[in-house]
Amino acid sequence: MSHSHGGGHPHPHSHTHEHTHDDLDDEHSHSHGKHHIVPKRIYFLVFFTLIVLTWVTALVSTVDLGRWNIFVALAIAMIKASLVILFFMHIWYSTKLTKMILGAGFFWLVLLLFITMSDIWTRNWMGVPGR
Amino acid sequence: MDSHAAVVTHEAEATVPLRHHFENLEQQKDASTVGMWVFLVTEIMFFGGLFLAYFVYRQAYPAAFASASNKTDLWLGAANTTVLICSSLTMALGVHFAAIGKRKLLVLFLLLTLFLGSVFLGVKTYEYHDKWVHHEVPGEHFECEGCKDAGHASLFFSLYFGMTGLHAMHMIIGAGILLILIWQAYRGKFTPEWHTPVEMFGLYWHFVDIVWIFLFPLLYLIDRSGRGLS
Repeated sequence: MSHSHGGGHPHPHSHTHEHTHDDLDDEHSHSHGKHHIVPKRIYFLVFFTLIVLTWVTALVSTVDLGRWNIFVALAIAMIKASLVILFFMHIWYSTKLTKMILGAGFFWLVLLLFITMSDIWTRNWMGVPGR
Repeated sequence: MDSHAAVVTHEAEATVPLRHHFENLEQQKDASTVGMWVFLVTEIMFFGGLFLAYFVYRQAYPAAFASASNKTDLWLGAANTTVLICSSLTMALGVHFAAIGKRKLLVLFLLLTLFLGSVFLGVKTYEYHDKWVHHEVPGEHFECEGCKDAGHASLFFSLYFGMTGLHAMHMIIGAGILLILIWQAYRGKFTPEWHTPVEMFGLYWHFVDIVWIFLFPLLYLIDRSGRGLS
């Protein structure tokens, strides 16, 4: 299935070959057409969990947990988002390159949120000289 | 079954749109997937800026945000979240049916996705209208009855309309793309070997769903126990 390019590019060729080989091993499949097919059962399971978590987060919000309300709400949202990303968006079955790009995106998002908020949160912890 | 699929794949590789700079269909699809994820990462950063603005102002004016958030309809929001998750399921099943070559089911599930997306936008329109008649749209005539710190409650509603508006705009664009995909699917353009547009659109649709998964708790669920924040 992989063919020679008529001399000169051993690296791209061997890379492609390795990559295909890895993927086949991962999927235990010998057909490209079946590569990303996820059993419908998994979609229904994820769907059911997402619906339950939606109503759990709505109900929990009406209970006074003090400062923990927002953390519970965000934790549930993150679990829901992870389920969508891993299974509906097939990241669980994706190539390492795709996973790395998503990881890099989240890394920058965390930098943006964390560095800014650590400034905002801690600004008034200590007195500001001259104010 | 396996050998049959292999034969189909082999024949299809000659006929489906394989661009000359790709070695095979799988490599071509991996390239599309990577490209789509790079786009989605830019979208994550784009919405990320708005989420950051939200966190900065929420932490600055917690009481205003809490009382303004209580003006939204919790159960309508939860119902609409449910609708959007249903549309994500129908989309995922649509991609599934494209991958196994069930044309009619693919068209049906894309239509269902479009329908559920429209229901979501309809409910959103109702909510916007409700805010409009209660003068809860930021501007000269802004009022927030019973709100603490009404001036900063207006800030909450600016973020509410900005973020849900941008989210709704993504859904409207998505609905437009869906119409095209439904037509192409109906004409039999997609095969198990090549249905990349359906799959890439699925990623976009699920991404929009994820944005809402965060918008719902952040906009609708602040201080619902009525504790009152100072």
